[in-house]
Amino acid sequence: MSVMHGPSKWASLIREEHVHGSLYVDPAIFEAELEKIWYRTWVYVGHASEVPQPNDFVMKSIGPQAVIMTRDSAGRIHLLLNRCSHRGNQLCLTRKGNARSFTCPYHGWSFANDGQLRAVPYPSGYEGVDKGGLGLGRVPRIDSYKGFVFGSFAAQGPSLEQHLGAAREAIDRLVANSPEGEIEITAGFLKHRVKSNWKFLFENETDGYHPQFVHASIFSVADSRIGGLYGAKSTAVTRYLGDGHSENDLRPEFRRMGNRLAWFGTFAEKFPDYVSRMQGAYGADKADQIMIDGTPHIMVFPNLFIAEIQIFVLQAVAVDDTVQHVTALQFKGAPELNRRMRQQTMGSVGSAGFLLADDAEMYERTQRGVQSRDPEWLFLGRGKHRERVDEQGFLVGDVTDEVASRGFWKHYRSLMDAE
Amino acid sequence: MMNAIAEIDETLLREVTRFIFREARLQDDHAYDAWEALWADDGIYWVPANGEGGDPEREMSLIYDNRSRIALRIKQFQTGKRHTQMPRSRLRRIVSNVEILARDADSVRVTANAVVYESNARGETVWPSRNEYLLRRVDGELRMALKKVVLVNNEQPLYTLSFLI
Repeated sequence: MSVMHGPSKWASLIREEHVHGSLYVDPAIFEAELEKIWYRTWVYVGHASEVPQPNDFVMKSIGPQAVIMTRDSAGRIHLLLNRCSHRGNQLCLTRKGNARSFTCPYHGWSFANDGQLRAVPYPSGYEGVDKGGLGLGRVPRIDSYKGFVFGSFAAQGPSLEQHLGAAREAIDRLVANSPEGEIEITAGFLKHRVKSNWKFLFENETDGYHPQFVHASIFSVADSRIGGLYGAKSTAVTRYLGDGHSENDLRPEFRRMGNRLAWFGTFAEKFPDYVSRMQGAYGADKADQIMIDGTPHIMVFPNLFIAEIQIFVLQAVAVDDTVQHVTALQFKGAPELNRRMRQQTMGSVGSAGFLLADDAEMYERTQRGVQSRDPEWLFLGRGKHRERVDEQGFLVGDVTDEVASRGFWKHYRSLMDAE
Repeated sequence: MMNAIAEIDETLLREVTRFIFREARLQDDHAYDAWEALWADDGIYWVPANGEGGDPEREMSLIYDNRSRIALRIKQFQTGKRHTQMPRSRLRRIVSNVEILARDADSVRVTANAVVYESNARGETVWPSRNEYLLRRVDGELRMALKKVVLVNNEQPLYTLSFLI
């Protein structure tokens, strides 16, 4: 008897220009995503600058899993799971701090900040037990790029370098805006919860079609140039970078304007110290180009959104529960710029933000709306007819086109189809 | 003499309480202009994240508005395109435990507890907080120089908070 292999389950839900509504609302699909995506691929966890000193730690997450990011006394970073290896008690309930060891309050087991079991009370009760096998659970693979720390629950698989692919160049572009070539995460996080599926958030981050409508209120009353960047006449592009990553590349518009720091809605003349430090670090021509081009707007699969002046870390908690952890980016060696980054971030994002409160409203309404029985499909065909390949070989479209969503779903399908 | 001071305190407490109850009603009713008129010219509207919030100049807050950003917040509501408030949240809040912490010639520092019940398309959300006010007398009327809202659950992920808390 021969077995005919029909199209996979995922092929029946994901077409070239359409995706099925159940992908956002079916709890069984969410469980499958945890296994095939969140607990397999590289996921952004935190930034090295959040644990600057030996023995610093900070609580992070990979999807619903709590992760303690520690720096041990030798300076190495670890991603440990928040579960005592004895009877499963939560080990750490503090958001951040400095500790050489974590002691479980239940029976007093003590673990070094590299995860090794260090001591157990009344040790005679464990005669003959191998303590080496009783360390904390850990994210088996950890790697970082320019201070961005990622973890993968898969013991084997593509390297972080392979996973990031073309996204590395965007991270290079980001850190170049610091005269010291480094960003820091030091301003604390807002945690904005939405009753929506994580993929609605992911797809929105480089959707250049929505800003004019979702953010019409703030564009009409604030002195904001964002609106025009996403208009029908914009020369900006949406680029699918492969491996699930995508960006809205606004540089064509900023280069057309040709003004340093226009990307940040301000003028170089207001930040003379920053300008001179940049020119000192990179030379005048390159520094001016960096200050004209600005920072990237890129969604790094599956959960790191670098949005010009802030980062969002998406945490998928349940099929209809997602948390956006968001904070201002801080450029090392640029204090006057950093103050403005914090103030603009606080105004625009988080639960009360001028921008994000309206995005969140759309996420939640879409989550409810997509449960209607008809039509069953979402249509993602915008700009398909004018997709083109740029000089570097990437698929690009006009900034309002749905190139990024189509790329995301292609990548998603490849991960879900994998054994 | 003691009685006279106690009487002044009682009179001030009554006035402060009336002011805070009125502010609560204006917020519940989305009476944006009347609410904005309660602010002093240098008012700060602060809703910290992560506990007491540390230094708002260094760390993220949910809201850290100076007077011009308060005005922008109100203008955004009035565009009719602030989607998260279209339709508006239905709100009622209870404010209690009003106490005067300190006072001088022209200002008074006040604390109060509040619980806001919000109903919108997502469902029902309860927002409990400790509120702190610095009220200043301007042309004979009390005005808010600072309103700080410390949400009890601000260490946890929070749903959208787009009404006036």
